[in-house]
Amino acid sequence: MDLRFTGAVPTDEEREAVDACLGPPEDGWEGGARTAADLRSSRGGHAARGRRDRLLPALHAVNDRIGWISEGALDYVCRRLTVAPAEGYGVASFYAMFALRPRPARVLHVCTDLACAARGAAALTASLEGLLGPAGATSGGVRWQPSPCLGLCERAPAALAVQAGVPRDQDGAHAVAHLADAPRAYGTAVVGPATAGTAELAAAAPCAAPGEPPAENAVPQAGGDGLVLLRRIGRADPESLDGYRALGGYTALRRAFALGPAGVIREVLDAGLVGRGGAAFPTGRKWEATARQPERTHYLVCNADESEPGTFKDRVLMEGDPYALVEAMTIAGYAVGAHRGYLYLRGEYPRALRRMEHAIGRARTRGLLGDDVLGQGYAFDIEIRRGAGAYVCGEETAIFNSIEGMRGEPRSKPPFPVERGLFDRPTAVNNVETLVNVLPILERGAAAYAAVGTAGSTGTKLFCVSGTVRRPGVYELPFGARLRDLVELSGGVPEGRRLRAVLLGGAAGAFVRPDELEIPLTFEGTREAGATLGSGVVLLLDDSVELPRTLLRIAEFFRDESCGQCVPCRVGTVRQEEALHRLARPARTEADAAGDVALLREVGAAMRDASICGLGQTAWNAVESAIDRLGVYAGDLPADGLPAAGGPEHPVDGGSV
Amino acid sequence: MTAIPLQLPRRLVEFTLDGRQVRVPEGATVLDACRAEGTEIPTLCHGDTLTPKNACRVCVVEVEGARTLAPACSRRVDPGMEVRTGGARVRHSRKLVLELLASSTDLSTTPHVAGWIREYGARPDRFGPDAATRAGQEPKVDNELYVRDYGKCIMCYKCVDACGDQWQNTFAIAVAGRGFDNTVSVEHDAPLTDSACVYCGNCIEVCPTGALSFKSEFDMRAAGTWDESAQTRTTTICAYCGVGCNLTLHVQGDEIVKVGSPHDNPVTHGNLCVKGRFGFQHVQNRE
Repeated sequence: MDLRFTGAVPTDEEREAVDACLGPPEDGWEGGARTAADLRSSRGGHAARGRRDRLLPALHAVNDRIGWISEGALDYVCRRLTVAPAEGYGVASFYAMFALRPRPARVLHVCTDLACAARGAAALTASLEGLLGPAGATSGGVRWQPSPCLGLCERAPAALAVQAGVPRDQDGAHAVAHLADAPRAYGTAVVGPATAGTAELAAAAPCAAPGEPPAENAVPQAGGDGLVLLRRIGRADPESLDGYRALGGYTALRRAFALGPAGVIREVLDAGLVGRGGAAFPTGRKWEATARQPERTHYLVCNADESEPGTFKDRVLMEGDPYALVEAMTIAGYAVGAHRGYLYLRGEYPRALRRMEHAIGRARTRGLLGDDVLGQGYAFDIEIRRGAGAYVCGEETAIFNSIEGMRGEPRSKPPFPVERGLFDRPTAVNNVETLVNVLPILERGAAAYAAVGTAGSTGTKLFCVSGTVRRPGVYELPFGARLRDLVELSGGVPEGRRLRAVLLGGAAGAFVRPDELEIPLTFEGTREAGATLGSGVVLLLDDSVELPRTLLRIAEFFRDESCGQCVPCRVGTVRQEEALHRLARPARTEADAAGDVALLREVGAAMRDASICGLGQTAWNAVESAIDRLGVYAGDLPADGLPAAGGPEHPVDGGSV
Repeated sequence: MTAIPLQLPRRLVEFTLDGRQVRVPEGATVLDACRAEGTEIPTLCHGDTLTPKNACRVCVVEVEGARTLAPACSRRVDPGMEVRTGGARVRHSRKLVLELLASSTDLSTTPHVAGWIREYGARPDRFGPDAATRAGQEPKVDNELYVRDYGKCIMCYKCVDACGDQWQNTFAIAVAGRGFDNTVSVEHDAPLTDSACVYCGNCIEVCPTGALSFKSEFDMRAAGTWDESAQTRTTTICAYCGVGCNLTLHVQGDEIVKVGSPHDNPVTHGNLCVKGRFGFQHVQNRE
């Protein structure tokens, strides 16, 4: 491939950042100093192009160190990896966390998504405007910008401060002398619940900001009996491998080796485990189909790109019990015949990244990952890939494109991932929570696992309770519990408030009414009720929340996050948002409103039927349910948008729990 | 005479198309089958010389048992599958795709689309006068050979695929940005003259909307002198080198106004280089 590069020159610091990620260039063709030897040989072909999957890490390296990606830096990255500059630009401009124009080193991402909006994000952004100026403007070396859900919903309203570059002390010298001591070229701070003051302080000096509360604070049931997936959170030190083993860690992997790959798959099939990422596909069938492929190289991908607004369970699992995921991925890799697992981790999860890096490193030194896992002759290792701010990359085929260094656009299926997935090889891709479920299945046996829950939904489920609720957090309940149980467990809405709606399953899910709390929390039960469990989001909204505003935020989210590949989603999400804007106008007439609702239905039906991937197919779900079940835009309803029925004090309303 | 490439005989698979039993060679797409049967399916992003990206979704059909509609251009026929091409769901999605595209893009030079808009009863104006659109943006005229008018671009990815690994391997252009703001662009949205472009014009050959066009065509359209009915098309052989690519010269009056290449040519499949595509001025230089 005879590529033409732009000739833009990287700064020394940019070059250093890229070389720290990719290693020094081997010759002049790769962007190193030209020597006479370069005139006699050149590099090219598959070997040179085969490193395309390092593109995202290299872009991260520049963005982390400098804060943005200049033309010189992008050209150097492309040269190093034999990527056409146009394609490199296409990839870099796909991700929200990368900037291709100069921006200050310190950026404050302020979540304005559903859960934070229900808990005062609007007031937070308003006072930030007072302190730091409008969003996107720079003040005092800090830029703040609104962000989609940061997955910090239990601490809403939340903000994430990022500082690019190795932190320096006041003399301007490097505060940390060696890269080995400072493996990260950037600093982060998580603030929540944030005020404009705490957020500004954290943004000004993320490295000096107070640390985060421990992960178990996000688990109100922590330490309690009856927990399965969350049982170690708050009990074991998430940094300590010995602590993990003392609480039953690595017994499942031993059992897996005793059973053999086919035996593991049999157990998972018998346990009735289905995927927890939203699609509820039987995990055992996916593994079986992957393992059966005659192609030699198989891959495992763990989807930790948790970006559904209101979802934070995978973050809590990774922060609170990181070794569990390492063990579960090893078992999954063993079952499907993979020797390499990729953990695609959301870019906005700094602590989960630290914990997982640490856990994987420890497991490696102790022989629990590597060439000979547990002395059983099975080789397996895990590589972490950081996402860079794209919801669509949680789609099971977009995640492959993202890892491979392409734009994170979903592929069309068939072929399915089990046949042609990552690097076109058979791949099993599973959500974090799904994988972690494999541990109790192997520890207790399929029958004991399946005894919990219902016939159609076995085991326990994690629920991300957020919004206007007294005790937000991750809750674990056996399948079959009622929505009411969960709402009561979390304390319901605050004192003096009335529950108005519950959003089940996130932005791609559906609203249910306060009189529908008897819905059983199972895949089949929610489906029957016309809702979905989705990723386990349970977002409570009380009567202080303006529903049209919430719907508008959902529509904005899908418009922003559409990859733009197919027409129904690319344009449909824009038309949906426009119609919702018109509906939110106070001056609208009944006829206009009816017309816009009809338009929404038509656009929604086409998005659902004709979009390539789940993003477009579900982009209209929540809005549809709000119209049909909550009657948001119906003229004959009371001003607060609730159906007139509802009766006296509801047991889950504030004041009576 | 068209050469017929030799290949192994393919097994036939049988499936149901609109209630009729149909047999097609194994590996054929639903679109192949429909075309063989004379069933009309509108297509925009499908190109006869490219692997379809199935991004436009105007060719969707209903497959029995599937939750969503399937793109006819890339769904392969499975034995026993039941396909319906004209039901209410299919017509609704096609109508909406046409409305969404026509309301956000300038389709004035896209062949066939006006007929489909009538056929499916699409009303692109119903999204209101404030509907966001890419139409109306300034065309990019930065070289003497061809013009990029992205107000007419439907993001079919065909030019990117033709420039990239499907044909030219130049990789001068790629899709940049995301969502409604995505666009086909060279790195950093630079002018074409600063890019890797080799001006083969194979992107123009595959563009389904006229977003990419010869500068000669663009100028004549602007001057109101472009008249396809007055043009003749003559297929001849390029005289520049020994490969012998076929050229199709579009001539209006006494001038070559555009050069194409037959897509069914077994060697070039419609592709040319800069000399064959744009090197025709000497023919009509009268000085």
